[in-house]
Amino acid sequence: MTANTALVLAEELPEAGTRGRRRMPGPIIWLSFVVVAGVLLMAVFGSLLAPQNPAAQHLSTVNAPPSGAYWLGTDALGRDVFSRVIAGARTAFFGPLVIAAASFLLGNLLGLFAGYRGGLADSVIMRWVDFMWALPALVILVVIAGAVGSSYWLAVVVLIVLTVPFDTRVIRGATLEQVPRPYVEAAKTLGVPRWKIMLFHIWPNVSPIAVANTCLVFAGSLVTLAGLEFLGLGLPPGTPDWGLMLSQNEALLFTNPLATIAPGVMIVLTAIAVNLIGDWLYEQLTSRGAGR
Amino acid sequence: MSGTGLLVFILRRLVVLAVLLVLISFVTFALLYISPGSLLDILLGARPHTAATVRALTREYHLNKPFMVQYWLWAGQAAQLHFGSSIQTSLPVTSEITARLPLSLFLGIYSFVLTMVFGVGLGVMSALRRGSFVDRGLVGGVMLGLSTPAFVAGVALLYVFAIQVRWFPAYGVGTGFFDELWHLTLPAVALAVTTVAYVTRHTRAAMIGTLDQDYVVFARARGLSQRRVLYVYLLRNALIPVITISGVILSSLIVGVVLVEVAFSLPGLGSLLVTAATAKDIPVLQGVVLLFAVVIVIANLLADVVYMLVDPRIRVGNRST
Repeated sequence: MTANTALVLAEELPEAGTRGRRRMPGPIIWLSFVVVAGVLLMAVFGSLLAPQNPAAQHLSTVNAPPSGAYWLGTDALGRDVFSRVIAGARTAFFGPLVIAAASFLLGNLLGLFAGYRGGLADSVIMRWVDFMWALPALVILVVIAGAVGSSYWLAVVVLIVLTVPFDTRVIRGATLEQVPRPYVEAAKTLGVPRWKIMLFHIWPNVSPIAVANTCLVFAGSLVTLAGLEFLGLGLPPGTPDWGLMLSQNEALLFTNPLATIAPGVMIVLTAIAVNLIGDWLYEQLTSRGAGR
Repeated sequence: MSGTGLLVFILRRLVVLAVLLVLISFVTFALLYISPGSLLDILLGARPHTAATVRALTREYHLNKPFMVQYWLWAGQAAQLHFGSSIQTSLPVTSEITARLPLSLFLGIYSFVLTMVFGVGLGVMSALRRGSFVDRGLVGGVMLGLSTPAFVAGVALLYVFAIQVRWFPAYGVGTGFFDELWHLTLPAVALAVTTVAYVTRHTRAAMIGTLDQDYVVFARARGLSQRRVLYVYLLRNALIPVITISGVILSSLIVGVVLVEVAFSLPGLGSLLVTAATAKDIPVLQGVVLLFAVVIVIANLLADVVYMLVDPRIRVGNRST
């Protein structure tokens, strides 16, 4: 999943760039920002925002439909679904955030290095990237969980390893386009150190792609992690988490379908919002670059 | 010359493929050693820890031999499709896999057909009516599809089409081809949501790129029919980029099969993998992983070969560069 979305934008980006005009965010982008901000608030404050204790079981009111007390009803143990959806934002947000940040850092460094230095470093890095290309990330996570045991943060680390190649590939491609340009030549002639050329001359020009790609990585890893939780191979069973709620409440589709649908909607909504923001940011950043 | 070039290319790729498979098999074998706890305890599972069972396991897995010798013996067995027996059921892993393979294969092929038909169809439609209402709707739909994981799509379809309107069954796999087709429609659609969106997006981009080409303008100028321009000039060239993403489509389908089989409680390879992972049934994990790895590696080779056959520009004659 990470693979898919990251790849799509990487190949679509040049088209978006040529449009190159600066746009005020439309209503959909505003809405996306509101969604992401909402999820961020929920992730930071978690159960403080929830009307009920997400872990409290009300065994007298199990599988209840929505009501004034339980806005989205209750699950099979009588826990408030609305509160659990809010508390579930934490694992949905912070894992992908760490993955996106780490692979942004590593992918940009490796991509710049491979693209600018070329030669042996480039071929070694690209052979590795080719090998990692199109691996089914979730299957690898499942196998590792089976061999080593379920762990959320282990899954995060594995996803970083699996995601870095995509960032690397995208940044390398963008760097290769910059290297023959006159400003790089000029910097070289002036004797600017190689690392300075890479970080301060080339990187600002490839950063729009890096930022947009990071949004896609975030959305992709959110979906992959939720999938792992859905399979029951990430967090311990009682944890409020969207993927986990979806699988545990699947049997409730007949009695309180909202208990299953709400976490699903949250996953899709967050992923779309982040993807849209990524697209929009890319257009913004490239048009600013062109106007300078 | 081009024929021998292709042959050399395939041979070279086969060598790489063999090396890859050896590497993957080694990692797969090592799963047993990565796993925390003693080997015997893992392999015994819930069985009693007696002298007889320990002796049997030691003999079966050659536990008294050095690590590399163990790997060598295991790989020799694996090459003959013997992966030992499942810790949970004590049945041979191979028979567990063959019992579940047809269902997953059916599901995968069904989704693949849906992906190609709808992905390419919608992509072409979107590109031909670029900027129209239909196009913008499809672009939005693609965004939705790419952000919807197979298990969310599965649960949503289950709720709407199996519980609310009852057009499709909520569980079971059916007997006979058409019954199976009917039972597996919801899972296959759930599985295809992401891949259709992905192929649509790529086909659209490739078609838009091709529409501006001189040879298309020239074909139109010569007065060729719309149909001929579409099939002979546009589609053929626009489909080439789609071949290059086949690896991603395949891995997305494999991930989807795992999620969808669990969401719909289908007894396929995906659910076998998940139960094996939950129960730490390492021999089953090893068998399924190797199967997936072989499928992925071979499919990528096939995609490369098809790519060369379809696109004369990259045919192996000028490989030397």
